[in-house]
Amino acid sequence: MDNHKGVLICGEITDGKLAPVTIELIGLGRKLADELGEQSSALLMGSKASGLAQEAIAYGADNVFVADDSLLDQYNPDAYTQIVAGVCQKALPSIMLLGHTDIGMDLAPRLNARVGGGVAMDCIALAIDPATKLLASTRPVFGGNAHATMVSKSARPQMATIRPKTVPPAARDASRQGQVIPVEGKVDPAAIKVKVVERIKEQVEGVKLEDAEVVVSGGRGIGGAQNFAMLRDLASVLGGAVGASRPACDEGWVPARLQVGQSGKVVSPKLYIAVAISGAMAHIAGCLGSKAIVAINKDKDANIFSVAHFGVVGDYKQILPALTAKLKELKSA
Amino acid sequence: MNTIVCVKQVLDPEIPPAKFKIDPTAKQVIPPPGVPPVISVYDERAIEAACRLKDKHKGKITAISMGTEKAADVIKHAIAMGADDGFVLQDAAFENLDSFGTAYVLGKAIGKIGEYDLVLCGRQAADWGAGEVGSILAEMLGIPVVTLAADIQAADNTLKVKRIVSDGFEVLEAPMPCLVTVSGEIGLPRLPAGPRMMMARKKVVSVWKASDIGADSAKLDKANAHTEVTALTVPTRKTECEIITGSTPTEAAANLAAKINVLI
Repeated sequence: MDNHKGVLICGEITDGKLAPVTIELIGLGRKLADELGEQSSALLMGSKASGLAQEAIAYGADNVFVADDSLLDQYNPDAYTQIVAGVCQKALPSIMLLGHTDIGMDLAPRLNARVGGGVAMDCIALAIDPATKLLASTRPVFGGNAHATMVSKSARPQMATIRPKTVPPAARDASRQGQVIPVEGKVDPAAIKVKVVERIKEQVEGVKLEDAEVVVSGGRGIGGAQNFAMLRDLASVLGGAVGASRPACDEGWVPARLQVGQSGKVVSPKLYIAVAISGAMAHIAGCLGSKAIVAINKDKDANIFSVAHFGVVGDYKQILPALTAKLKELKSA
Repeated sequence: MNTIVCVKQVLDPEIPPAKFKIDPTAKQVIPPPGVPPVISVYDERAIEAACRLKDKHKGKITAISMGTEKAADVIKHAIAMGADDGFVLQDAAFENLDSFGTAYVLGKAIGKIGEYDLVLCGRQAADWGAGEVGSILAEMLGIPVVTLAADIQAADNTLKVKRIVSDGFEVLEAPMPCLVTVSGEIGLPRLPAGPRMMMARKKVVSVWKASDIGADSAKLDKANAHTEVTALTVPTRKTECEIITGSTPTEAAANLAAKINVLI
């Protein structure tokens, strides 16, 4: 049909090493390429790229494109779009994979528009359709309440951004052989319209919501800002973080950055405790990946109980202090 | 400063999950009866961002929405918040377009509106949520794009945008005209004042068809779609909730504590 062949992975480098998601994608790319009987390649950018090319080969890439240019050390949307589109138009991959990261979610749609492919964003599963040999990309839609599988019948490359940690990292084999291909052409400064003038890392007090192993979230039923103190007490005993549903944030009881849900943070802790949260679709979208969900709610028919593993029906004002005290006792025992 | 805001009307994401039903054959969601569709949450933030810029720099805000005739409601909402004008883009040929098709239609409508300094979109829609239409639209319009804005300041024909990243934020500068996608961190949308709401309610929202914006029918042909949905499913969840009880709330709490203690 056309001359697009093989898999190309858009790699990312963090702290001088291949990013964990890139190692996952190299493994996934290897698997897809083997199924198609084609080659898998990776693209690495920035002044650390050359040094990491062998590493990408060890993880399973047949070819590594190296764009050694210090202008690519940090992400600039225009510079990256220009270079990646250039490699893509030269290498003509059939499939192109990016991590669904700060970089991937910004770059993939622009790149796709520029090269004219078909992209599926934030995928959780990829497969080669045995009959058509098309890439079938599955992604959560409607806040994770449904899954959609998408294909690109004729647009090439078939692009997908993959949510980090959805596939295992590739196995490293230092004996693997591959080819390192320098990318010709440097970033054209004239094509850089958008400039990054500052990068600020935010300091977070205590445990970051997205990284916390325990999240204690409150909803509209909490009734006021001061009542969140009870949730903070429980979170602190469990070494966790406090979150909230959209109504609690909209009321201004807690800052918007603590919002868990479709239009807030998506968390997947070991334990998620939903306090006085009814469990709207948009909220559940943000906590469904939790290993265990505990619900505390006055209303025994609240939706939250349909996704919870453990529940207590009752007034959180009576339950939380007793729960915190008992856990403190159990922890110190 | 002239701003065009692209808004979408979606299924209300705040419904209980039990009301969420799909038609797997049509690969579409069945709108729950009695639940009116709403403006997509980030698109409402995009209108708020446009209003804040207008408060400071004056100018005109135009809202556009591709959808059904009902999308007039989200245009009226935009006008109630502070937009000056708005149009609904509705045509049988616009139904179930992929992101490229959607961006194409929005681009043609923007071409008809004419001069602009800024195009704003929500970071992603509350339904399909890919977050790609804004960037594709910018590429089609040939203008720079900055995604995930938490704050937008304009000065000397340049925008300064605070962009959300996972461990903090970046500040980017982009020359106008450009496109910015707006994230929730920009802050709550304003509540429309009474007189504006009255005015918006009375507004007759014009509907633009494919022929009104000069859309090329080949670009809208599903056979030329870049992506196609082949399956839509609702993942099965097998959760049995164990309700922990006790003779008093304190006892129930203690019993729950014992369960939690094993989990972590």
